[in-house]
Amino acid sequence: MISSLVFVALLTAGIAGFTLQVRRLRRGLALARPSGRHDRRKERWAIMTKVAMGQSQMEPRRLAALMHFIVYVGFVVINIEVIEILLDGILGTHRLFRAPLGALYDGLMSFFEVLGALVIIAIGVFLVRRLRHGPKRLNHPDLTGWPQKDALNILVIEVVLMLALLLMNASEFAAVNQGLNFANQQTPWLISGLFQPLFEGWRVSNLEVFTQSMWWLHFVGILAFLNYLPKSKHFHIILAFPNVWYSKLTPRGQIPAMESVTTEIKSMLDPSFVPDPNAAAPARFGAKDVHDLHFANLLNAYSCTECGRCTSECPANQTGKKLSPRRIMMATRDRVEEVLTGGQGAETRSLLDDWISREELWACTTCNACVEACPLNIDPMDIIMQMRQYLVMEESAAPSTVNVAMGNIENNAAPWAYPQADRGNWIQQ
Amino acid sequence: MSLNVPTMAELAARGETAEVLFWVGCAGSFDERAKKVTRALAKIMNHAGVSFAVLGSEESCTGDPARRAGNEFLFQMQALQNIEILNGYRVQKIVAACPHCFNTLKNEYPQLGGTYEVFHHSQFIEQLLRDGRLRVEGGSFKGKRIVFHDPCYLGRANGEYEAPRALLAQLDAEIHEMKRSKKNGLCCGAGGAQIFKEPESGEAEIHHVRAEEALATGADIIAVACPFCKLMLTDGVTHHGKESEVQVIDIAEAIATANDL
Repeated sequence: MISSLVFVALLTAGIAGFTLQVRRLRRGLALARPSGRHDRRKERWAIMTKVAMGQSQMEPRRLAALMHFIVYVGFVVINIEVIEILLDGILGTHRLFRAPLGALYDGLMSFFEVLGALVIIAIGVFLVRRLRHGPKRLNHPDLTGWPQKDALNILVIEVVLMLALLLMNASEFAAVNQGLNFANQQTPWLISGLFQPLFEGWRVSNLEVFTQSMWWLHFVGILAFLNYLPKSKHFHIILAFPNVWYSKLTPRGQIPAMESVTTEIKSMLDPSFVPDPNAAAPARFGAKDVHDLHFANLLNAYSCTECGRCTSECPANQTGKKLSPRRIMMATRDRVEEVLTGGQGAETRSLLDDWISREELWACTTCNACVEACPLNIDPMDIIMQMRQYLVMEESAAPSTVNVAMGNIENNAAPWAYPQADRGNWIQQ
Repeated sequence: MSLNVPTMAELAARGETAEVLFWVGCAGSFDERAKKVTRALAKIMNHAGVSFAVLGSEESCTGDPARRAGNEFLFQMQALQNIEILNGYRVQKIVAACPHCFNTLKNEYPQLGGTYEVFHHSQFIEQLLRDGRLRVEGGSFKGKRIVFHDPCYLGRANGEYEAPRALLAQLDAEIHEMKRSKKNGLCCGAGGAQIFKEPESGEAEIHHVRAEEALATGADIIAVACPFCKLMLTDGVTHHGKESEVQVIDIAEAIATANDL
């Protein structure tokens, strides 16, 4: 009875904490202007199914893709067991589904255990890659400090959760062997059966306490994990789905036309043009801060897992320039967090200059390699382009040679200073 | 060989029209290395009997570099003026020998009222082959090693990886691939208005790295499909001191040379 009360209290606190954090995230996303991406809903569900659920864009990096798939499937499937944990916890029962499911229950548990063991192996591979022999993107200056710690925290929590589950099953079966039949378990399960030697010589009462402790550790671990997620890059396990739903569906090579600019130019070129009187004047051309970006940009930033595939493909980054598309996403997210937290100077600072430098923005070749590389359709180039628009249209702050090229386009219709009348000269040469 | 290249204005004055508009672009009009590509494509179309015309002095920059530098205002000024001219001539079909012009005309003009059927010259020439209007005599490239560099605005931005390769396959040459090609191809470093500015400080130049990757295949010829890639990789090859051994040519030049045009 007391344990049920404790359980319900912990569960309520855990869910409340998570809800508060999700609300905070929603406040963050609400800073953005609308993305306008509510069209073509059928395609959006289809792309979400393929790219987020089916992980179709993980493939180019085979080892990482396979290990990630194991962890993904492992967690989704093993979490079916949470249903039983919740019911047992609330009702004060033990393995509620054991009796009704019979032999099927043993089969399921063995299956979960195999998945759990595979997850532990996969995380082992991740740890080795991150700490020692991994690609450069996993040991990159972008990740210095908290991001690297965050990545390791997640891996450690995941191993602890899986180990708790396996050890709980193992010690429980050891107790059964000594005659304590609290689960009616007759046959050992596939993986925990192998752990039996660990518990040789333990007293039944100790085994029982140990089993209970592991059960509580697993449960509290899940709640802790849930509350850690929203503070972590690991929130992608949830945000990946809406993030892919909000993918850019217009052509990859298209920068969306700014309607306010069209209106202005049409009024200039065509005296009979009547602008839409309801159209609101834009507060600003392009993006100086996170408020100027659109919803999908900020959702992208929170969904980023900091894997760095974008940065490893970026020609600017590969040649030692400061630009790193991953850092563009991380800086955008961290700036939203700064705005939410408030604090000293948050209002006077901005995404431009305080978080992302002009040098980074001007190093982009708009080659789309970062966009192509992202397994979640995150688009760092979109943010870079909007910030360039701010620099040029609000501050006239393009590099001087770019200003010369643009001056030429205005005056003689080509970025170089050749007269437009000579455009056909190649025909006669 | 003298070229038969009318302008849209000349045709209109005679009450005629053309099957396709050849969008030459700024590089194709003014840069010496790109002009060779322009002439090669014109020769191919003359040879295949394609009725085409150019805008000549009525053509302006599509606005691509301005837009990618962040100057949406200048981009739209250019776009709206070009669209007025294109729509004035009732243009329906366009071929461009520059993937940046191609991308902007195809993907960005429709939002501003200019919708056309737009081809990159690799796609257009491939279509001529498929329709039997053009045949390629491969002889002159026999035994050569050719490697193709994907332009970002043809490849990743528009998903076209096969058309230029299909053309090169006609040449009786050995076709090689760089380690990073197609979706994973490395940019030449020119896009996004980079070609009009000094690069930010770093450890290397992008076009030097890309030229090195192309040279590593042991190719005699680096084939390109973009005037800016051509400039960047030519400079890159020179940087590595290989300019007397390795040529950088556009796929249109390759086809024109093969056919002795």
